[in-house]
Formats: sequence, structure tokens, C-alpha cells
Amino acid sequence: MSIILNGNNVDHQEGVNTVEQLLSHYHLENRIVVVEVNKEIVMKENYKTMSLSHGDVVEIIHFVGGG
Amino acid sequence: MTNRYSRQELFLGSKAQAKIKEASVIIIGAGALGSASAEMLARAGIGRLTIVDRDYVDLSNLQRQQLYTEEDVRNQLPKAIAAKTRLEQINSEIIINSFIQDVNGLNIEELIEDHSVIVDATDNFETSLIVNDAALKHRIPFLFGACVGSYGLTYPIIPGETPCLHCLLNHLPMDGMTCDTVGVISPIVQITAALQVTQVLQILSGETLFPMLQSMDIWKNEKAEINVTQLKNKLCPTCGEHPSYPFLLFENQMKTDVLCGRDAVQLRPGLKPKTYSLPYLLERLKNHVTNPVLNRYLLSCKFEDYRIVFFEDGRSIIHGTNEAKKARAVYKRFIQFY
Repeated sequence: MSIILNGNNVDHQEGVNTVEQLLSHYHLENRIVVVEVNKEIVMKENYKTMSLSHGDVVEIIHFVGGG
Repeated sequence: MTNRYSRQELFLGSKAQAKIKEASVIIIGAGALGSASAEMLARAGIGRLTIVDRDYVDLSNLQRQQLYTEEDVRNQLPKAIAAKTRLEQINSEIIINSFIQDVNGLNIEELIEDHSVIVDATDNFETSLIVNDAALKHRIPFLFGACVGSYGLTYPIIPGETPCLHCLLNHLPMDGMTCDTVGVISPIVQITAALQVTQVLQILSGETLFPMLQSMDIWKNEKAEINVTQLKNKLCPTCGEHPSYPFLLFENQMKTDVLCGRDAVQLRPGLKPKTYSLPYLLERLKNHVTNPVLNRYLLSCKFEDYRIVFFEDGRSIIHGTNEAKKARAVYKRFIQFY
């Protein structure tokens, strides 16, 4: 399945089908993040159930400390 | 003589330039982001610029903290002092105030009072949340920014309009989000600060800022942008209908922070810190420390296996450990000489 993540085409192997799985794939599961799928923000309680489809446009922004 | 702001005025217009001259901007933190923002804002002619920082200049800062020099490192000057000196060389026509302080829930409101815009340049998310509370309470625009590695993000908080920083949290912040582990390269600092300063100029020019959370990774050449309007939370403890400003609640305790990438811990005494005489402290300690450096603002010396930097308000930075517990014990042994 390929999605557009932060502007880039990325292919994920099997096992990355939901927002939750996508976040843990990038080790962001414990971070403060805002996730948008096809221009709609996904609330945290829906990370588990929100499944991703081929061609979805996903934006993930995570917070950092530092400056 | 041509006007020093002529190029900027051609772009922004004379009305906006007049607003810039009347404006007062406070920058919280004078590390990498704070140095970059402060220099741009001073050159832009912001009428009154306030800098707050808790740290002093270290050799490892010079790679990206553009206001500082090797001489500042040798003199172990507090960043607030070194920044003010440099900014006054850049623009002598503006007022620059600086404070050597650790921003916390107790002092932030007094610091930001009478400012038109607040720029975030802290090195930790917890302090950003304290500033966010104060900004919302006093209805002052607050421009969040942070960066680490090659990644940075910004978000403008306009009280009464955009969701605040607190609305954006999907869970409470945890440790391990600072630059300790990954380092940082200077181009991302410049980009992040440039976005924040652009937002300052837009606010002062009367432009509308939209609640866009923006991030970029300069190494991967990757950008993201999310309009977070829908995250505005009516029940938000900071900007909701019944705000309680939880991050301004005061902790009457010694506070410890592990410092960004420094193998060091900062300790801050609780309520009503007293003022220490640093020459007296050094006199008492002279048989127990080596390589002391004393200036008007701090005493730095080697004590046991640690390098201790002690400020006159009792705040201290202990180098050689990143364990809070160990640092507290060293501090106690050190201060008993006073």
C-alpha cells in the first residue's frame, strides 16, 4: 500500500494499516502528534480504528522540545 | 542618510514600519532560536526587545547560537547579558532589556506584561506550556517554535482566535523530547526562527494568521502543514470557557531540569530565593574548589568531580551528571559552605 506522507510517496509493507500502526512504525506512538488524513484531523481515540487506504494523503507533525 | 529600514519599509509599508517601532517583543530563551529571532527582530527595528534566559555561554553553543563569541565562553557570561551587548551593537536605536532568569509559573506573567508579542525560544516543551498559559491569560499572541536534529515546527497562537498549544496536546508531555540524544544542525534553527519572525512581522502589519501547524525536516527535505482549527477545545484548561491556567500553578519546591545536550542539571530553589554574595561564597569555598571563575553574575568552579555554575539567586547548573538526584546531593554539599 502506498500513501503520500508529508508530501512524499511512501510504500509500507503489510502491518501498517491504521494510524496507530503508522505512528508506531515511525516510533511516534509516545510523542505528542497531530495527524491529518485527507485533510481531516484524526483524534487520538480513533488512531486504532482509522484505517489507511492506498493513495491517502497523510500529514504527521510531532512536537519536540529544543531550541 | 538613507533610512536603515528602507528596504523593509518598501516591502511592508510605512504604517507597518511605524508599528514595528512601537512594538515590544519578548523572546523566551536566548539559545539557538532566541539568538536567531533576536538578531532579526533587532535589525527589523522592534522598539523594545526583551530577552530572558537562564543559561550562560558554553563552547558547544557557538556552532548555532549566532549572538555569541569565544570571548563570551571564556568569560562565562550569562546568555542574557552577552545577547544584550551584541544586540546593542547591531541596533543602538532600540531598547533591549534582558533578564537572567529561569522562566516558571510564578515569574512569567510579570515578564510578559506590556509586550505585544511573545516568541518561544525555550529548549523544553514544559516551559512552552507555561508561556502558553500566561499568553492566553494576558491575551498576547504567542509564536511557538521548537527544533531538534534537522526537524523544526512552528505554530502561532492568537488568543481568542486559534486553538492554543494546550488544545493541541493529545497527551501530556513526557521526558526525552529535547536535543540531548540527537543533536541539532544550525540550518533548521534559522528556518524555524525565520518562520517565527515572519509571523511577528505579519502580526504587526495587521495580517491575519491562520492556525497552521507547520513542520519541516531540512535534511530529508520534507514539509507538513495542518490547519488545526478543529482542535479548538471549549473545555481547554488554558483557553476554554473556564480557564484554570494549570501550568502557572506554582511549585514551592526545588526544581531540577536536565539541560539540553549538556550532561548537566539545573537546580532552582523554591519560593523566595535569597540573594547570595558570590565573592563571599568563593571565599568560604576556596579550599574546596579549583579553577574558579567569578563575574558579576555567577561563580563557576570545579567541586569534587563536578563543575558548578552558581548564580546569585541560588540557581545552579551542575555539570558532569544528568541525574537529578545526584545533582541535588552535590548542590547540598556545595551550599553548606555558605
